[in-house]
Amino acid sequence: MERINPRSRSDAYGSRINRSHSPAFAYSVPWLSVMLGSLVPLFLIAVAMPMVPPTGLLMLLGWRLVRPGLLPIWAGLPLGLFDDLFSGQPFGFGVLSWSLALIAIEAIESRFPWRSFWQDWFTASMLVAAYLLSGWLLSGATPTTSSLAALGPQLVFSTLLFPPFARLVARLDRFRLARRKRLG
Amino acid sequence: MAPPNQRRSSYSRRAQYNVFTGYIVAGIGALVGAVLLGLSLYQPDLFGWARGRASDTVAPATRTAAVVRTGTRSLWQSIAGYYRAGSRNAALESEMEIARIRLAEARAVERENHRLKALLGLRDTAAKPVAMARLVGSTAASTRRFAYVGAGLRQGVKVGMAVRSPRGVVGRILEVGSGSARVLLLTDSESVLPVRRASDEVVAFAEGRGDGLLRIRLINLGINPLRPGDVFVTSGTGGYYRPGIAVAILTEKTDDGGLARLISDPAATDFVAIEPIFDPEAVAAVQTPVEQELGN
Repeated sequence: MERINPRSRSDAYGSRINRSHSPAFAYSVPWLSVMLGSLVPLFLIAVAMPMVPPTGLLMLLGWRLVRPGLLPIWAGLPLGLFDDLFSGQPFGFGVLSWSLALIAIEAIESRFPWRSFWQDWFTASMLVAAYLLSGWLLSGATPTTSSLAALGPQLVFSTLLFPPFARLVARLDRFRLARRKRLG
Repeated sequence: MAPPNQRRSSYSRRAQYNVFTGYIVAGIGALVGAVLLGLSLYQPDLFGWARGRASDTVAPATRTAAVVRTGTRSLWQSIAGYYRAGSRNAALESEMEIARIRLAEARAVERENHRLKALLGLRDTAAKPVAMARLVGSTAASTRRFAYVGAGLRQGVKVGMAVRSPRGVVGRILEVGSGSARVLLLTDSESVLPVRRASDEVVAFAEGRGDGLLRIRLINLGINPLRPGDVFVTSGTGGYYRPGIAVAILTEKTDDGGLARLISDPAATDFVAIEPIFDPEAVAAVQTPVEQELGN
């Protein structure tokens, strides 16, 4: 008997027959991708001023805003601790700011349960701006106006990079939930 | 995407407790962060061991990335070299002839220097570098300007040693791990370097501004003798750096000095030399409180 649609028994995550999600991938991909995001700025040499967006934070915001309910509200503690090891800010800044960012999103979400992407983008860029400004204030060096001016390009890049990061998170989410475990 | 209905956690006691515990842990996380931040602002090198361990762990990856980075850059340069090769060749040849003449003159001066130094009983102070290493990465997303080099305690690198490229000063070692070390770059706003004008003895401090420029602050205030284009070299004061290494070129004159641009761009160099502290006694003297006597 000929089947009409060969993909009729599969969905976006693969075949539904005899296959299941892999728990290891489903649980580890969000955490690992945020940690990889924290490592990205380390590989680039920026001598003059901070040019690279805080990719770890962008990944975290992406997962939290694109897939709410996946990362727990306390995820800022371990992930921020990892970011602190490489970010160059004083130790503890990542833990504090990432925890506060997640708590802030939780408060915003209880206020506006149904949001559009534009609203999420606005939330993310406000949070990144607050993160960069407080990073300038609490960097351990004396905050000067010239180093504040140097934040400008980084702020613009980070704001513009949120939508690509949201798409990346959506891709990673499909990768995370692909049915690769064989049953029976 | 709409949030899942986890917040309204039904009548299940267990689910309610789970949500509540999540909030508590998040609050505790923020508190822990604030305490850690306060501690490390008060004592910046308190968690240096953790950062050193972490940068050692990722060192193989960053080192490979550095090799790829320098490799692709030189490939690009060799492609760009074919462009306008003829005219540049002619220009280089005439420059070479002049350089040969100058080199001969420099040799004569060097010989004379040797003779005069021998007369005075001075010995040559050119120190051998402790290690040669690649700049493997930097904190590119932070306001602070740190870089990482791929040499650490195992190669004999110690805190305070000068890092230089063939063109000039890059920075100073701040924290050391076993196989990697953290460098405070000159552009960081906490970096201060005693310099003098190459042509005479006008002394100044070169401070990082945090936006890629250095602020030259003259020590003797009065009429500002600086002019755009002046080259500054290390003066050797403070004991960390050997005197006479190129640092910066003045681009703009201000009331108390000027703004200067770095001579050695660390992003453009593949290998850097880590040199021993020029005068450890002077460094110790600066760090000893005035009440305490030096030497015993």
